[in-house]
Amino acid sequence: MKRRIAALALAAALIPTLAVFTSADDTIPYSNSVDWDKFRGENITLNVYNWGEYISVDEGGEDDFDTNREFEKLTGIKVNYTNFATNEELYAKLKSGGASYDVIIPSDYMIARMINEDMLEELDYSNIPNYDALIMDRYKGLEYDPEERYSVPYTVGMVGLIYNTTFVDEEDLGSWDILWNEKYANEILMFSNSRDAFAIACKYLGYSMNTTDEKELRAAANALTDQKLLVQAYVMDEIFDKMTGGEAALAPYYAGDAITMINDNPDLAYIVPREGTNLFVDAMCIPKGAKNKEAAELYINFMCETRTALANIEYICYSTPQREVMDYLDPELASNPICYPDDEILDNTEVFIALPNATTKLMDELWTSILTANSTDPWTIPVFLVGCLGLSIGINVFRARKKKANGQ
Amino acid sequence: MNSRSKLAAAPYLLWMIVFIVVPLILIAVFAFTTSVTCDAEGNLLTEEELSEYLAECEENEVEPELTERTVFTIKNILDVSKYSTVLINSAWLALIATAICLVIAYPLAYMISRMFYTRQKLALMLVMLPMWMNFLLRTYAWMTLLEKNGLINRLLGLIGIAPLNMINTQGAVVLGMIYNYLPFMVMPLYSVMTKIDDRTIEAAQDLGANGWQVVSRVIMPLSMPGVASGITMVFVPSVSTFIISRMLGGGTNMLVGDLIDLQFLGNAYNPNLGAAISLVLMVFIFLCMSITNQLDNEDMEGVLL
Repeated sequence: MKRRIAALALAAALIPTLAVFTSADDTIPYSNSVDWDKFRGENITLNVYNWGEYISVDEGGEDDFDTNREFEKLTGIKVNYTNFATNEELYAKLKSGGASYDVIIPSDYMIARMINEDMLEELDYSNIPNYDALIMDRYKGLEYDPEERYSVPYTVGMVGLIYNTTFVDEEDLGSWDILWNEKYANEILMFSNSRDAFAIACKYLGYSMNTTDEKELRAAANALTDQKLLVQAYVMDEIFDKMTGGEAALAPYYAGDAITMINDNPDLAYIVPREGTNLFVDAMCIPKGAKNKEAAELYINFMCETRTALANIEYICYSTPQREVMDYLDPELASNPICYPDDEILDNTEVFIALPNATTKLMDELWTSILTANSTDPWTIPVFLVGCLGLSIGINVFRARKKKANGQ
Repeated sequence: MNSRSKLAAAPYLLWMIVFIVVPLILIAVFAFTTSVTCDAEGNLLTEEELSEYLAECEENEVEPELTERTVFTIKNILDVSKYSTVLINSAWLALIATAICLVIAYPLAYMISRMFYTRQKLALMLVMLPMWMNFLLRTYAWMTLLEKNGLINRLLGLIGIAPLNMINTQGAVVLGMIYNYLPFMVMPLYSVMTKIDDRTIEAAQDLGANGWQVVSRVIMPLSMPGVASGITMVFVPSVSTFIISRMLGGGTNMLVGDLIDLQFLGNAYNPNLGAAISLVLMVFIFLCMSITNQLDNEDMEGVLL
């Protein structure tokens, strides 16, 4: 989900892949189930809003596939492509009404929330034939969009535990409880966003990560407060440097990014704890107020094309929900258990759903108090007050003396 | 003021209204309002009524008809007090950073102001040099320095000193503030001190003032305006910073800037509370500034009389 990835490392890792497979790439034709030329000459511009580093671009390589340029060539529709860094940023942008987009790619729970708040347009799947033809059934009708009305999956992934094999003992692994193991005090990194952090605490305690029960949430908050003494830092993107540089031994993070980190530092390894984990889906949607809904659907269909999806997934290293891509994918990537784990692991996952407002508010409140609980010295307030008092008395005395001196 | 000079000020006036006054009003509006759920007719619903209505809709399988309305409330402001420790913690760290900046910058600025003219330019450029680099990069560089396997600890390791735990502490956050905002303290101090005539100091010495008296009775009072604006320019950004605490404090020391950030880009999107915290922070800063300004004014009068 959060992925302002170190693009260069990723690109470096992918160059051999592309070199081998672009020949196959070129031979994959676009399907002709839709009329790609429908909007040619109408001078339409599509506003696409996606995560950073989340689409195949031309980086100067000989056979690099530039998704948006290919789309422009194929359909004659211009693409105005912009990035966001978090789901919440996307939400705030749309909610404030400051911008108009035609295609957005939020994550599961944000999609559910937007559906709840009537922010998404229903898709006309007859304009997106690739959805029925090519998207794996496993990723259809998930909890965030149970009736399959608003979204088309783009990528999937899960959260796992990244660890440094030189610091972590094999026998401690296997459960989320290692993040509460005192042996690794000050060696643990943790998510700095409340939703992911609470999800891990809930799984550790055996609750659902979508719990709305206040007692369970408070128990999770207590667990996180206990954990804080062992946590070195709460991070998002900083994790790349800290894990590859050996600053920390353990960190939960997203599977696709784990591959990037392991490529940079072979001492790192990845495991999915047995309690299960979070499966996330980033899916393409059309927000309310989109100006070119049909063209946007054409774009979504294009993104599901085998050729496009293959280029994108090889670029971003996440897992694909597109059936045919697996046939063309670099066997090394396709057989990588981090990206494409066994069904057993996949079945033991939960997808985030939108939580009620009261629950998200409580969660953020608890999260704030976790992050501030131990950091404030109890003497801070008295010292601060005395300081302020001293200052104001000082100033007044000073002024009085000055006045007296002047009066003389 | 004549009409022509008024005309010249018009562009800035317009700028101020559009980008300062209007946003301030918006913040105030957000801080004192909240959106509530109403039924289709626009009547306010309590939480119980709402859940009842939703359950009813689900039973009858009809789409619930709800509207949102913005109403006046002071609840946001009251909610801010929940986070008073965050506010005080931020103010405390910013205060330490400001005090240390002042202690470092004061003699430095004095030294620079007494240098030969061309040297002054060079020294000032050296002070400003870090500012040519991006703020984030500078802070990132401190991360690499302070880390467990960072440069400082590796150097210490070479001479056989056990690694120190420097990053992810409050000290690191204060260090980040000092490093990033020190030039803001030096510049106003320098610009005031460079106006102090050498002859004024010589006159004080001729009249029998010793070294300390020259500093306390001539230089200090004359440089007070610089001190006041320096304090403002360091304290205000320090107290509301969020990226420094995240990068150097490891996210374990939440500051008020992080808290505001969380309201807008966090899980619970709550711009009303975010605006309320900003407003409280603004009032707080305003109070602090009024203290420093008083100091400055009184002293100027004292000197003039």
